[in-house]
Amino acid sequence: MGKHVLVIEDEPNIIEAISFILSRDGWTVDTHSNGHDAVSVVRAKSPDLVILDVMLPGKSGYDILTELRQDAATQNLPVLMLTARGQSKDRELAEKIGASRFMTKPFSNAEVLEALHELVPQ
Amino acid sequence: MSREQSPLFLERRSYRVHRAMDAAKLMPFLGAVLWAVPVLWSGSGENQVPTSRAILYIFLIWAALAAVTLFLTFWLDENVDSDRKEGP
Amino acid sequence: MGALNILVAVCLTYVALLFLVAFMAERAALRGRATWLRSPLVYTLSLSIYCTAWTFYGAVGNAARSGLEFLTIYIGPTLVMIGWWWGLRKLVRVGRTQRITSIADLISSRYGKSPLLAVFVTLIAVIGTTPYIALQLQSVTLSFASFAKVDPQAMQFADSEATALWVAGGLAVFTILFGTRNLDANERHHGVVMAIAVEAVVKLCALVAVGVFVVWGLGGGVSETLARIDASDIGTWQVDNGRWVAMTMLSAAAFLTLPRMFQVLVVENEDERHLRTASWAFPTYLMIMSLFVVPIAVVGLDIMPEGANPDQFVLTVPLSQGQQGLAMLSFLGGFSSATSMVIVAAIALSTMVSNHIVMPIWLRIAQGGAVISGDVRHVVLLARRLSIGGVLALGYLYYRFSGGGAALTSIGLISFSGVAQFLPALMGAIFWRGSNHTGAVAGLLIGFLIWVYSMLLPSFGPGVFLSAEVLEHGLWGLSWLKPQALFGIEGIDPVVHTVLWSMSLNAGAFVLFSIISFPQPLERLQGAQFVNVFQHSGNPQGWSGGVAQAEDLMVMAQRILGPVETQTLFQKAALEQGLVGFLPEPTPDFLQRLERELAGSVGAATAHAMVSQIMGRATVSVEDLLAVADETAQMMEYSSQLEAKSAELSRTARQLRAANEKLTKLSVQKDAFLSQISHELRTPMTSIRSFSEILRDTEELSPADLEKYADIIHQEAIRLTRLLDDLLDLSVLENGQVNLNIRQGVLQDLITHAIASTGAESSGLNIHRSGISTDILMETDLDRLAQVFINLIANAQKYCDADQPELTIQVTERDNYLIVDFIDNGSGIPAQAQDMVFEKFSRVSDRQAGGAGLGLAICREIMARLGGSIAYLPGQGGAAFRVSLPIKMKMAAQ
Repeated sequence: MGKHVLVIEDEPNIIEAISFILSRDGWTVDTHSNGHDAVSVVRAKSPDLVILDVMLPGKSGYDILTELRQDAATQNLPVLMLTARGQSKDRELAEKIGASRFMTKPFSNAEVLEALHELVPQ
Repeated sequence: MSREQSPLFLERRSYRVHRAMDAAKLMPFLGAVLWAVPVLWSGSGENQVPTSRAILYIFLIWAALAAVTLFLTFWLDENVDSDRKEGP
Repeated sequence: MGALNILVAVCLTYVALLFLVAFMAERAALRGRATWLRSPLVYTLSLSIYCTAWTFYGAVGNAARSGLEFLTIYIGPTLVMIGWWWGLRKLVRVGRTQRITSIADLISSRYGKSPLLAVFVTLIAVIGTTPYIALQLQSVTLSFASFAKVDPQAMQFADSEATALWVAGGLAVFTILFGTRNLDANERHHGVVMAIAVEAVVKLCALVAVGVFVVWGLGGGVSETLARIDASDIGTWQVDNGRWVAMTMLSAAAFLTLPRMFQVLVVENEDERHLRTASWAFPTYLMIMSLFVVPIAVVGLDIMPEGANPDQFVLTVPLSQGQQGLAMLSFLGGFSSATSMVIVAAIALSTMVSNHIVMPIWLRIAQGGAVISGDVRHVVLLARRLSIGGVLALGYLYYRFSGGGAALTSIGLISFSGVAQFLPALMGAIFWRGSNHTGAVAGLLIGFLIWVYSMLLPSFGPGVFLSAEVLEHGLWGLSWLKPQALFGIEGIDPVVHTVLWSMSLNAGAFVLFSIISFPQPLERLQGAQFVNVFQHSGNPQGWSGGVAQAEDLMVMAQRILGPVETQTLFQKAALEQGLVGFLPEPTPDFLQRLERELAGSVGAATAHAMVSQIMGRATVSVEDLLAVADETAQMMEYSSQLEAKSAELSRTARQLRAANEKLTKLSVQKDAFLSQISHELRTPMTSIRSFSEILRDTEELSPADLEKYADIIHQEAIRLTRLLDDLLDLSVLENGQVNLNIRQGVLQDLITHAIASTGAESSGLNIHRSGISTDILMETDLDRLAQVFINLIANAQKYCDADQPELTIQVTERDNYLIVDFIDNGSGIPAQAQDMVFEKFSRVSDRQAGGAGLGLAICREIMARLGGSIAYLPGQGGAAFRVSLPIKMKMAAQ
């Protein structure tokens, strides 16, 4: 069984794509599509890594990450942030509140895999 | 007039219209002075002015004043209303 | 058939022709086809009533007696006309803005709407004009006599007094017929003006014809005629300097103050721009009229027998040469000169007499004033007709008493000096704010008395009004009261004497009393209105409303203006106040306007009195009403300017601040918008890129996956395209660059089409239609409207979260709007999101529906372009949108 990744993303097609490539790379993929209860889902599932979209219905990815970083259990959890708003201030904000990685959509599949491998050594 | 609030400098066209207004205001005085000249003609003695010459003098002024006024009205015509805001 | 009989026949024909001209002009004016009636040419020609029989006959007589002195009478008005920019322009503007009906009206209106002043000015005008009318009667009578002399058969007809009586009677009838046919609110008489314009042409042609005949027919050409002039008794310049200056000034003054001149210059003026034309055309007319006077006089002196009346040379010279036709034309010219003057003078005077004397007295006698029953218009018209008769009767009497023997010019100068007394008050009215009622009364009184004593009474000759004793030694034997040598200064020409004393003491008293007395509040307000007429064209102030009953005002106004005009006026005023019906609130504004309309018919002072009578029934004095404004009247004016300036400054500052805020907001919005667009574009591109990489890099894909992923790419590409389309659409709509394709169509069909193109019904959405079921024909951009409907139906389809989704489309009509409501049975839009739904990229639902959040923003823009609106309608049990279109965009199907 491979490492466990949780994808928090609201676009069904993007979930589908990420799920596909990660599964083929040997990951166990869980998905979640809204921001309200994202933090509790992370706690419940305790994945090895989280892929987090910024613009989510209910609660933004930044808020979710801030909450995760305040909790000792998830303080060091690797989080890869994805955003469709590709401005530099978004990247700065993400790094400031503790994103492990920050990627702008559209991404290349290979880049995502590479980043995941760096964050979670197999 | 203190109540006139015209700008200090006007564009060329507007400036000329203002001078035409000055000229229009001057016209009656010009006419009065020219037509007052006969007062100086002596009424007696050798140097009496013949009526024919008096007629020529007075009527030439008349024609000239009418012509200049006509010219001035053309000049004032199209511009005068844009000059000030006035009227109902 | 003698020459005289022919003459009478020609006269009657000519009058009938004038009648026809006047009649046609009135008809044309009524039908509104009278643009040519309002040409500056007609205005200029109408001014030529200045040239009366005095000009036509008297100028030649004057030239024969005193050489070129007659020119002063035409040089004066020429100076006034070419100086139109100073005085006439302002006078005409004041006359138009204040709806002035006569010179008495202007002076009384300016000096506090004073009835006393109006009466006084009217009396002076009547007395001053009487000799002038007598002059016309005398000249027409003389011209008949001239013809009679060469027609032996008609000797018995040559009773001059009977002729004068006939002429006076005939003129009275003509004037009454045309001057008082209706009570024009503007006091304008198109028919009369047109008739006198025709007469102006006739008299000019006649005088020029006689002149041409004299210069080329008898004189032998220009140079010979000039030589003949120099050889005659008047061959050298011998004009008295004092008379030259005084008569020029006098005629300039009289040109402005003669009641008939004021009538044509100011009251009958249709358009201020006509003054421009008249400013050069009228001096030219005067010049041509004067051109042949000296030649006719000189040739007349040459060829006519000793003792022939030079006043008749224009007629007798052609007659003596056997030129019957030319003489006839000349006679018509003189007849025209006389009749046009009498007609206009009679109209002007009758307006003054009826407005300022008869009506006020009648209103006082008839208890209850303006509110008693009956149509006041009949009274006004009757008063005018009687006044016309009275004025002509006075002229006839003056002719009888003065013996009809004096030279025409000397009679004319009496009139001129009389009406010239108005000049100081008139000039003060429009140029000097400080002039006031007391000054005007004092100046007029002194000037008038001096004129009567030193000129009018002596003109009847010794023994009629003033005994020879008084004329010789002064009143009560006081030598400084000798009528023609006042204050002991002897040896001045009588005309110069009167002009000098009357005008200087008149002006002196006017200035002195204006300075030492204090004006009433109303005067000060009127003064500001008149003097600064070019600066502010606002209303003269006067009323604070609330007391008056609109209905009473209407009853009163109907009697004066007539029912149709009154109802139109009242209805318009009510409409402007946002009321329905005919009765506006009696606001100060409305009362002001009504008073001004009434003033057009009965004069300012009377109108003011009538309105004030109704205002409070008891006397609400203007002083009371304006006590507040008293001390501040002047300050208000200046402070309002300061206020305007500072208001402008703070307005500019506010605008700058607003602009700045808007720019800041715009920049924030632009950032948010770009970020939004970026997000909306990148999201589908992410899927496309990701899946296309999967397709490229993954080797063993199942056919099902392959198809599924290709399908996703396809869908996302379409989504991307639609997004770009929407963005472009919105941008076009927001910039207003959209071209509407206005067509006619039936609303119900449009809705059916919209439902069909969403495919909503097959997707499980149940659609009900209610409200107006008949076909409503609309004229609008049908495609755009359909786009809005489709968007709303599609939204219901996508977002309605009921188990059995239903959409109700309801068509109603309210307050000139066509209303289409789209109401679904879902959970609706939460209150806090309602005002956001029409913003770009706003998405309320969490549910993914593939939209970019631009649909409603586009709908809002479309409805704005179509002149309607779209709004969220809360409280309908589900999501509800209301589309409204103004009714002018639709027409009920017939």
